[in-house]
Amino acid sequence: MRSAQQTMALVERSIKRRRRAESRFRWYGRLAVFLGIFFVVVLFANIIGKGYGSFRQSYIRLEVGYDPALVEPDGSASAQSLAQGDYQAVARAALRALFPEVEGRANLKQLDALLSDDAGYALQKRVTNDPGLVGKTESVWVLARDNTDMAMKGRITRAENEEGRPLSDRQLDWIEALKAKGLLELRFNSGFFTNGDSREPEQAGIRGAVAGSLFTLLITLLLSFPIGVAAAIYLEEFAKRSRWTDLIEVNINNLAAVPSIVFGLLGLAVFINIFGLPRSAPLVGGLVLTLMTLPTIIIASRAAIKAVPPSIREAALGIGASSMQVVTHHVLPLALPGMLTGTIIGMARALGETAPLLMIGMVAFVVNVPGGFTDPATALPVQVYLWADSPERAFVERTSGAIMVLLAFLLVMNGAAVFLRQRLERRW
Amino acid sequence: MVIEIETLRPDLSGNLGEPMTAPESLTATDKTTVAHKTAGRVSVDDPIMSARQVNVYYGDKHAIKDVSLDIARNEVVAMIGPSGCGKSTFLRCLNRMNDTIENCRVAGDITLDGQDIYDRKQDVVQLRARVGIVFQKPNPFPKSIYENVAYGPRIHGLAADRVELDELVQTSLQRAGLWEEVKDRLNQPGTGLSGGQQQRLCIARTIAVNPEVILMDEPCSALDPIASAKIEDLIDELRGNYAIVIVTHNMQQAARVSQRTAYFHLGDLIEVGPTDRIFTNPLQRLTEDYITGRFG
Ligand SMILES: Nc1ncnc2c1ncn2[C@@H]1O[C@H](COP(=O)(O)OP(=O)(O)OP(=O)(O)O)[C@@H](O)[C@H]1O
Ligand SMILES: [Mg+2]
Repeated sequence: MRSAQQTMALVERSIKRRRRAESRFRWYGRLAVFLGIFFVVVLFANIIGKGYGSFRQSYIRLEVGYDPALVEPDGSASAQSLAQGDYQAVARAALRALFPEVEGRANLKQLDALLSDDAGYALQKRVTNDPGLVGKTESVWVLARDNTDMAMKGRITRAENEEGRPLSDRQLDWIEALKAKGLLELRFNSGFFTNGDSREPEQAGIRGAVAGSLFTLLITLLLSFPIGVAAAIYLEEFAKRSRWTDLIEVNINNLAAVPSIVFGLLGLAVFINIFGLPRSAPLVGGLVLTLMTLPTIIIASRAAIKAVPPSIREAALGIGASSMQVVTHHVLPLALPGMLTGTIIGMARALGETAPLLMIGMVAFVVNVPGGFTDPATALPVQVYLWADSPERAFVERTSGAIMVLLAFLLVMNGAAVFLRQRLERRW
Repeated sequence: MVIEIETLRPDLSGNLGEPMTAPESLTATDKTTVAHKTAGRVSVDDPIMSARQVNVYYGDKHAIKDVSLDIARNEVVAMIGPSGCGKSTFLRCLNRMNDTIENCRVAGDITLDGQDIYDRKQDVVQLRARVGIVFQKPNPFPKSIYENVAYGPRIHGLAADRVELDELVQTSLQRAGLWEEVKDRLNQPGTGLSGGQQQRLCIARTIAVNPEVILMDEPCSALDPIASAKIEDLIDELRGNYAIVIVTHNMQQAARVSQRTAYFHLGDLIEVGPTDRIFTNPLQRLTEDYITGRFG
């Protein structure tokens, strides 16, 4: 027999060993958490660093004279005539007036290139709204072209060789002159949130992509939540365990791991080629993402149902509730927070999904903001992909800006999942 | 008059002493043989429930073997026996709670007021409204105290309006001896009560449906002696209106609350009889060993 002291000494030694192992483990844990946070911070810093600029855009202040000769080509103030006016020429004239010394076709063309095509549209809109402006002069902030904007944001500088840079030295001089006079400045870029896609970076916005994503997700939610929950309830509460339910279970778990592009191919083959649904439509996108999200929702819902203590079911059955009443009165209310959490996480995944949407044509260049489920549309992540693929420098910051919006949606959705879980979850 | 002739299992007969027949069967005149292995009288006059040759299997496991037992009106039957002997299994057969266990198979006849409860035409919902059950672990719904009690009447449509429902909730809680403690907090969650209160809430929930039989599976096992005593008083009081079957591991409790006691062993019903006779003069050696604490 060991004496008490010997035992104590042995225990002490083992305690030291255990403490060491514990503290080592703690450090591994801290390191892992630190690494995770580090990468998140790098990612966010990178995206925000590149993308915050997209929320501000360069505008030029012009003293616009609505010359009747330009805005009413046939001399009448009718709406039809006003619609045919050359408003871009009005804007150009106003800009040229600021630099009377510039002469020669080539030079004037360079000067005109500081303005966005949107300037003309903006002026036209003003005149259409208020035909009384014709013949008058007013001061208007109009959109500058993407390269002007890039120069304003310091992304095009004289440090670059003139040959390789999109703006000539002279253009940079004018930009500096305008800036010095306070006629060129960065203002809040509302167009980024209200415009559809465009070939011109300064006019491109995410409204179309956001609308496309919302329509797509709405379809996904409306289909995948009820179907997923119903399937989970049936499998957990009603189906007798058999070889078939086992097979279904294995298949659901497998489906959850199938690469999303496969669902895209399936959607293309089934929904578009067989059922003849329109290409590039949120309807088809939503159907495909439903297929992709269903397994996630079913698995989460089944876990939530399993977590409802059997004693609650027994209690209800014991006083004569039917199986359906047990489900609707007791199991569902208790499992709902878990189901909703699973659904939101599934939806967040669907929101960020790109590959299957490429397969069904939601990668088309769509200028118009989609107004319904069958209009051609893109989705936010696809918009990111499209812009990232564009050669213009100004699309770099738009890409990051769109990513920021996407991340914001994801944060809100995941935040909602956490909130719901904490808010609705009941202890028993 | 119904009586039985005792036929003892061969492997036990060697252990048996003189009192082969229960005192109450000495007056027997006619012959009925229902229980082959059970010592004592399994049948009663005018039973509310009656089980005959019940066998229960969990998959291949034979959990209840040829058990026959009657439940009389206004009586408390205690079921005792070592752990795993099938008390809960048999109890749950009486209101078909075993239906929820997938691999469980029940054979034999169980009748409620003469009607086969395993009949195809029998609706389990109705059966469970007539034969209520209280479980070992208090399992109130995660809802308010009021909702817990009101749930049964509501799904069965027992109350015409809110006033009637309020009344039903109150009387049920009163009969369960819980009213005084909870009348000011009916809207608080039932799960917030103490264990003993929760169990009385579960009893109130069961009697709110006004069943004819109440099954109780070790209702006091999670409770302290004071809470247990309250439940025992309650059982005594309820006996006036209901037939009660109670499973218990507590011999004193069985002796205090029940009029008849059934002793189970490895799926067999070894002995049934008036409680005072079982505890003073058991017919079977196994019963005696168990109640005197020699094993179990
Ligand atoms: N769901 C089940 N599946 C398989 N076997 C079961 C199941 N429930 C009970 N059994 C078995 O049936 C036998 C009887 O179990 P039962 O729960 O009726 O015993 P008990 O007398 O209530 O025991 P205790 O006093 O411990 O509650 C046991 O051997 C048990 O292992
Ligand atoms: Mg038991």
